[in-house]
Amino acid sequence: MLEQLAGLVNDDAALVRRGRHLSGAFLVEARPRSWLIHVLRGRIEKVEEGPFVMPSWRFALRADETSWRRFWQPRPAPGDHDLLALVRRGLLKFEGDLQPLMANLLYIKGVLEAPRAAARPKGAS
Amino acid sequence: MTVGLEPIVGRYLSLDFDGRRYRVYFEEAGEGIPLLCLHTAGADGRQYRGVLNDAEVTKRFRVIAFDMPWHGKSSPPQGFEREEYRLTRDFYTGFVVAFSDALSLQSPVVMGCSIGGRVVLNLAATHADRFRALIGLQASAHVAPYYDTDWLHHADVHGGEVCAGIVSGLVGPDAPGIHRWETLWHYMQGGPGVFKGDLHFYKVDGDLRQRIAAIDASRCPLFLLTGEYDYSCSPAETEEVAALVPGARCTIMPGLGHFPMSEDPERFLEHLRPVLSEIEESGRGAG
Repeated sequence: MLEQLAGLVNDDAALVRRGRHLSGAFLVEARPRSWLIHVLRGRIEKVEEGPFVMPSWRFALRADETSWRRFWQPRPAPGDHDLLALVRRGLLKFEGDLQPLMANLLYIKGVLEAPRAAARPKGAS
Repeated sequence: MTVGLEPIVGRYLSLDFDGRRYRVYFEEAGEGIPLLCLHTAGADGRQYRGVLNDAEVTKRFRVIAFDMPWHGKSSPPQGFEREEYRLTRDFYTGFVVAFSDALSLQSPVVMGCSIGGRVVLNLAATHADRFRALIGLQASAHVAPYYDTDWLHHADVHGGEVCAGIVSGLVGPDAPGIHRWETLWHYMQGGPGVFKGDLHFYKVDGDLRQRIAAIDASRCPLFLLTGEYDYSCSPAETEEVAALVPGARCTIMPGLGHFPMSEDPERFLEHLRPVLSEIEESGRGAG
């Protein structure tokens, strides 16, 4: 699900610039799967898929796989379309040190919405 | 060089309210029935630029959008630096009435979005006879807190960036990029703690669930318009209000989000123009 994430983010210069003050790892859980996203000054250095023995991360975003699949549709349904919408519906939880998440919220939203572009049929705008 | 001079004119007005002096900025365009427009939490009257620039509307309505104190080009009152800004139901309701009186508006229509939509419901419950009609955009009776609003005013987080980040998903998926980002820009420009202070009204002090039953739409017509993609005031929450107010008219606007007048003005105006025509043709409050 997140195999293409590094390329999608790193090819978007405006998004990388938006995240230039963020470095470190965060966890995306799409139960039962999970990934560690390693960021260096806004670029995605590495995406590791779990399971993990002793994962270390600054903050985590935890939801089930179904919620993320709906979120990553090219045009998600209302309520499936935004991280805060999932939070309000109780489908997504933010955990850990939320300061880097909140300080970089537009960037993190941009990163996690990037897979929608890959899900879009070729030729669609 | 192509020049576009808009018909919108901006002015400042000072008024005394609740023992303090407020310097308030407002913009207006058009002639006819006064249409007073209320912006969302943490933003300002620029959200109504599409309505103010629409000749179809302004040939029949005098459209007025003011920035609430602390917002846009309106100043906070003297002494603001020693207090925490928190918007309350009674201040907001009273201020809208005071501003309308200060401009000597006769039976205006009031249209408000989000917190403005909420206060429209309170105006309907408590001041129905003063208004020709009321239009609530993204109006609900209550929203329970679902995130920690302390992050909106925090020394370790840039307020403008986080406010835009919090609301970005409230813009509908079809919004043209220019209007999506202008809407977010207004949030990026808000003063420290202002969006958070507005949410005190939205999530704590402005719970109107007990008051909705007092609204009588036969005394003052009530129109409710809500964007499909709004998860802060969802279509279901607006429909709950409509179900409790006999005669209230409810429209769900496909593809739109929480800021219809700002995120996609053209699409919003397709929904608004028929409502305004109906208000004009009803003749209520004329003369």
